[in-house]
Amino acid sequence: MKDEEIAKTTSKTIFGFWLYIMTDCVLFASLFATYAVLHNNTFGGPSGASLFSMPYVLVETLLLLTSSFTCGLAVLAAQSQRKNQVIGWFGATFVLGISFLAMELTEFRHLVMDGNSWRRSGFLSSYFTLVGTHGLHITVGLIWMVVLVAQIRRKGLTPNNQRRLTLLSIFWHFLDLVWIFIFTIVYLMGVVRI
Amino acid sequence: MMLFANLLWGRLTLNAFQHDPIEMGGVVSMVIAIAAIVVALFYFKRWGWLWREWLTSLDPKKIGVMYIIVAIVMLLRAGVDAAMIRAQQALSSGANHGFLTSDHFQQIFTAHGTIMIFFVAMGLMFGLINLVVPLQLGARDVAFPFLNATSFWLYAAGAVLVNVSLVVGKFAATGWLAYPPLSELRYSPGVGVDYWIWSLQIAGIGSLLSGVNFFATIIKLRAKGMTLMKMPMFCWSVLGALTLVVFAFPILTVTLTLLALDRSLGMHFFTAGAGGNAMMYVNLIWAWGHPEVYILILPAFGVFSEVVATFSRKRLFGYTSMVWAIWAIVALSFIVWLHHFFTMGAGADVNAFFGIMTMIIAIPTGVKIFNWLFTMYRGRIWFASPMLWFMGFVFLFTLGGVAGVMMGMPPVDFQLHNSLFLVAHFHTMIVSGVLFGYFAGLTYWFPKIFGFKLNERPGKYAFWCWSIGFVLAFTPLYILGFLGATRRLDHYSASLGWQPLFIVAAIGGAVIAIGIGFQILQLIVSIWQRNSNLDTTGDPWNGRTLEWSTRSPAPAYNFAVLPEVAERDAFWIAKKTKKTDRPAYADIVMPKNTSLGIVIAAFAFLFSFAVVWHILWLGVVGLIGVVTTIILRISDDETEYTIKASEIAKMEAES
Repeated sequence: MKDEEIAKTTSKTIFGFWLYIMTDCVLFASLFATYAVLHNNTFGGPSGASLFSMPYVLVETLLLLTSSFTCGLAVLAAQSQRKNQVIGWFGATFVLGISFLAMELTEFRHLVMDGNSWRRSGFLSSYFTLVGTHGLHITVGLIWMVVLVAQIRRKGLTPNNQRRLTLLSIFWHFLDLVWIFIFTIVYLMGVVRI
Repeated sequence: MMLFANLLWGRLTLNAFQHDPIEMGGVVSMVIAIAAIVVALFYFKRWGWLWREWLTSLDPKKIGVMYIIVAIVMLLRAGVDAAMIRAQQALSSGANHGFLTSDHFQQIFTAHGTIMIFFVAMGLMFGLINLVVPLQLGARDVAFPFLNATSFWLYAAGAVLVNVSLVVGKFAATGWLAYPPLSELRYSPGVGVDYWIWSLQIAGIGSLLSGVNFFATIIKLRAKGMTLMKMPMFCWSVLGALTLVVFAFPILTVTLTLLALDRSLGMHFFTAGAGGNAMMYVNLIWAWGHPEVYILILPAFGVFSEVVATFSRKRLFGYTSMVWAIWAIVALSFIVWLHHFFTMGAGADVNAFFGIMTMIIAIPTGVKIFNWLFTMYRGRIWFASPMLWFMGFVFLFTLGGVAGVMMGMPPVDFQLHNSLFLVAHFHTMIVSGVLFGYFAGLTYWFPKIFGFKLNERPGKYAFWCWSIGFVLAFTPLYILGFLGATRRLDHYSASLGWQPLFIVAAIGGAVIAIGIGFQILQLIVSIWQRNSNLDTTGDPWNGRTLEWSTRSPAPAYNFAVLPEVAERDAFWIAKKTKKTDRPAYADIVMPKNTSLGIVIAAFAFLFSFAVVWHILWLGVVGLIGVVTTIILRISDDETEYTIKASEIAKMEAES
């Protein structure tokens, strides 16, 4: 492909991906709205204040924030065509991401084992759905990372792979941003309001 | 044994195939139609052709045609539903209880509404967008051709799922928006609501992806020199509609998911107890649903803008104000959703706000109506059938709009809420606005896609049947609404004296059916006598915009040489100035056909079917299938091929 065409493809793809991110924003906004409506509907069950452990969530948050940083480093390495560094930084991102996911699932498991599953109340339904949707996105991001690293190993940092890498990093940073909102609105505000 | 069967089939048992005689009639006619098509394909040995030329195609023109075919099939299906509703209500008075059971009647009006909005109106809309937008922009293709095919196939999979519900199990009996708590598991324990959820979910995701795709296409792929303010008005209105798609459809995705979670995992978003909030559903669904109305109507407005200018042989009046009217409608359509449930009891201030916003929407809409009328003023009007559809639209749509402004007043709405007046109002908007608009568009752009015009005479008959039939069918409903008839009645007391009006409405429905008959006839006659209607110039209507500058039918690559634009109505200007340079052809890069789009949709269908019937293994297969197919596609770097300049020169010389 000629340089001009590559530039065109990259430009339209990244624009299209931003549009997709916009739709995902609206999707999360709707889930936040349902959480806002239902967060007091505990139906005699526990509220966020009695369920959430802030130190635990803080560790999760730090894992995810660090993974965003390593993802950024991978993009920087890709720009200077350092293939092995790219793979290394994505490896780190993957480990951090999957650790975050494991912590989240452990938290979910504890809640369910204590009888506080999504069936318990409207509040817990909306909590599990909002946080779980974010977790689902993280899972998709991790699968994508594996596929992309395999591609990079096989074909190198081709223009196509560079473009895919940019998209993945947009996606990953976006998930980080959504988590900041979850951390603030679900966990911090949930604990503070009592 | 029971356990094994349960693992294998979920809750699907042979009972799911048992239906009452009327339902059975529907099943049998559907099976016969499918069998006939299959036999015909074998007989004429057309499977390979179908697969290569159509099912795996990434050409937006072909995808557009497939959208329209599915939409027309679904129009016939939901039209039969409408006929049954009209017949039941005409008969079922006093001692006579009509020919439908209550449960079946409920499924019918639910299916009618669901199909008409999601699979007819949306299908026709995305079909026309596919056919026209790249051509009008002077582009070769859409921004993401593979995504486009996948969107279509997801839409088609949703349509198939709705029809499968006719054969296997039941459809929802909840009304087209499935309000909880009725749609919750406790009150609708069967599979009907699940069919409703998942057919809309996969079709809705298709629409969302299509929205992203065409938005990017319009922003990124316009011809050189075509600034936004030089775009054809149809593209502007599509851009407005797609903005709404991008912002509104995720809300639908979420709402359907939450209802599904309530039903499948025992959550409490909208349940009557355990801290659920049913009114939240109504808010969410209309936060999508009201923009949806404008998603449907804006492209129809765009069609009329093109049709009026072309058939009045004048430049569109008030281009800039048209653009601003579109964006005013886009913005306002997000802050009026509550007018669908003034009776919720949100309080006087909230209702007043939404009432005022609702009435304000009439202003940009009025601007558009007057712009069209001023375009016609002192034009040399050619009363071809697209123009007739427009005239019918202006008359009926304005009446329906005024009825809407009436209902925008909360005190009036408290009287008319859920009455047949409402039913008449939104049918006026959607039939005379959306449907007439897309009929006009199909007639107008048909020669560009197929190379010959539709026969005018049956088209005009169809128009008159539709218009007269429409007035006959819906004027009685306005009156009945005032008399207190609520929607979705399957029986009423004879003492009310409503029956004569319902009979008139049924006669109106029959006249519309004759109109549809004329449209089918028109298609057959036009194909039969296509040689007398051939479009040899590529410009059969003396058009104004770029799509008419290429030959008919438009080649796969749309334009042998990409056009450049300096003004609005670029082709009109070009015709006046008449340049006759020898075109300099260059190689063209085109996307290769691929079957992965249809495969993704097939797995999505399996997944949805499995969730409806709680078949775990099939759901896992479907999900893994979707993910694997996507990974296969994104790992493929060889998705394009090149047509050599010499081949293009040859093809252009031959045509």
